[in-house]
Amino acid sequence: MNKIGLILSREYLVRVRKKSFIIMTFIGPILFGGITIVPIWLSKEAIEERVVYIKDDSGLFKGKFKDSDNTRYVFTEANLEEAKENVDRHVTPNLLYIPAIDIDQPKGVAFFSNSNPSFSLVNDLKNVLRDVIEEIKLDRSGLDKQVIENLKVSLDISTINLREGKETESNVGVATVVGYLGAFMTYFFIFYYGTQILRGVIEEKTNRIIEVIVSSVKPFQLMMGKILGIGFVGLTQFVLWVILTAAVSSGIFYAFGITKSDPGNQINQTMDIQDAEAIAAANSKSSEMFQAILSQDYTLIVFAFAFYFLGGFFLYGSLFAAVGSAIDHESDAQQFMLPITIPLIFSIIALTAVLNEPNGSLAFWLSVIPFTSPVVMMMRIPFEVPLWELLLSMVSLLAGFIFTTWIAGRIYRIGILIYGTKVNYKTLAKWFFVKS
Amino acid sequence: MATLYTDRINKDFIGHKALDDISINIPEGNIYGLLGPNGAGKTTLIRIITQIIMADSGVVYIDNRPITPRDIERIGYLPEERGLYKKMKVADQLLYLARLKGISRNDAVDRIRTWLKKLELDEWANKNVQDLSKGMQQKIQFISTIIANPEIIILDEPFSGFDPINADTIKDEILKLRENGATIIFSTHRMESVEELCDNIALINKSKKILEGSKVEIKNSFKSNTYYVEHKGDLVDMPKEFQLIKSEVNGEQIAKSEIMISDGTVGNDLLKYLVNSVQVVAFIEKIPTMNEIFINAVTQERHE
Repeated sequence: MNKIGLILSREYLVRVRKKSFIIMTFIGPILFGGITIVPIWLSKEAIEERVVYIKDDSGLFKGKFKDSDNTRYVFTEANLEEAKENVDRHVTPNLLYIPAIDIDQPKGVAFFSNSNPSFSLVNDLKNVLRDVIEEIKLDRSGLDKQVIENLKVSLDISTINLREGKETESNVGVATVVGYLGAFMTYFFIFYYGTQILRGVIEEKTNRIIEVIVSSVKPFQLMMGKILGIGFVGLTQFVLWVILTAAVSSGIFYAFGITKSDPGNQINQTMDIQDAEAIAAANSKSSEMFQAILSQDYTLIVFAFAFYFLGGFFLYGSLFAAVGSAIDHESDAQQFMLPITIPLIFSIIALTAVLNEPNGSLAFWLSVIPFTSPVVMMMRIPFEVPLWELLLSMVSLLAGFIFTTWIAGRIYRIGILIYGTKVNYKTLAKWFFVKS
Repeated sequence: MATLYTDRINKDFIGHKALDDISINIPEGNIYGLLGPNGAGKTTLIRIITQIIMADSGVVYIDNRPITPRDIERIGYLPEERGLYKKMKVADQLLYLARLKGISRNDAVDRIRTWLKKLELDEWANKNVQDLSKGMQQKIQFISTIIANPEIIILDEPFSGFDPINADTIKDEILKLRENGATIIFSTHRMESVEELCDNIALINKSKKILEGSKVEIKNSFKSNTYYVEHKGDLVDMPKEFQLIKSEVNGEQIAKSEIMISDGTVGNDLLKYLVNSVQVVAFIEKIPTMNEIFINAVTQERHE
């Protein structure tokens, strides 16, 4: 065991001191921070007050445009050419031109701007125009306004999770985002660090240091030390990312004057991007959303990530080590890597189906089978998984990696000492059955 | 001090017999040459002794008991195909390899300092291995083999990659290690180093041991009772117990001849005869070189 520790610490220290690790450690959180911050920042930009000049030749819309927090509507009497010139000279940056339209066929409405108008602004304008025209048409049809009002339905379903005796307001949107993030991170980490195992094994083989090492330790100890060492590098990276991402995000939040004590504001803007309809949502609804984000059990998610990353990494990593031991060059790895990684890739593809029914039988089986469980379970956790399923999945992952490590160890002990042989699946099977 | 012997080792690689009933006996404090052409099975035998691979049958004995995994710490092994972690610092690398052999950190640090100084590498301690010349890397590799003060040292082609000066340094160190009681197994097909260093040898060919014993005895057993003579004057009408094998004359009229004597006569008889017939310049008994023995034994096998 002591020797595994020595190998582990070498593998760990060599990688943690590498420039690429340090760069990744700092760039990761900036990227993640950026992903969460940029949309907020963008919507904050949009909050600057803008003025829309309206040249209404039809005369139907006077007083119909209501000023909002950040948009003011001004009717202009200038003729169209003048007004357009003003846009060009930045005097009036936005101009909505409504010609004298035929309400049965409203055509020729145009929006002039010296920059690309935002999607939400155009949407707002369209909504007002449509409403007004609809209203006029309804008026003409002679239907009672009251009847029409009564026909309109306003419906909103709040989803409330009754499990474990307490009512937690769950939000499918938040759970989806958190789930996807966890699943992709697991996938990425398994792949990224799994490949490092492959490289490390091939390096030792091509360096020919392997024979020196295995004259001091058992091949299995070397393999385990390497896998554990690299696994801890991954874990270190993850922990640093969590800390730094939190720091970067809160730093930027602070810089933009969005603080946690002002959840309404923060959420309002997040929703800008998520859902155009929701822009109109009231502040009370925003804080519900904020509650939903907070209601996720992040301790569980971080713990689960650590477990499923390490479990999945050991499972696939040991197979990668076996592949690395069998070949002489990284370029030969492809034929063996593909079949190994198919379940991993499949679990990413299956995420959409899992998302449709996070507690359905497909989701259940994929999160119990150890080859797909690391990715799929991370998707399911934000949707609250029964404890027994979580435990079953963890036990099965443990069993899975013990099994693959055993197989890999048997191939590895032979493979690392064999050079220049064309290896196929038949030879791998022969190595596996060689007695020790 | 340690003795080592193997008892009827067999090893089969998928359809190919690599070692066939190999029993060798390595006396303690000896330099033991393991000789044989490429592919004879030397490396396989070494890998079995170092417990990198397992024999199909047969036992390796160390100090008259079967070898155990713990004994690995008493063996230092320099493989023929060597390598180091290229991007690791020299001192760190040696420390790592020493600690894998069970040496404590403090001991290892001291020994590394001493050895680097001894082989004039102390300035390179904090350089990455890839920044060193090939010869220096080989020296580092040699240090890594002996850093744990092993009682048994196995060197597979230790001189390959060294210039003559460095090869000499290493040779001196090997001899010192023997003086300090280490048992050294030395695998090579360079006969001049066998000639210089080995006390005992075994010759392996086509997975079988065909010769084993002390170098001197083996050489004597391959003697062909032939003498090399340089002389002035012609050799004519020699008695029938002396047979002239060849003779040639160079510019200064010194003839170089090889004479084989028949059984029952000794070298002195020939010398007496020569002294009376010609002017003797040189008289040497022809003892076969290891090279000749090696080629002889291997080609003979091939013909059988």
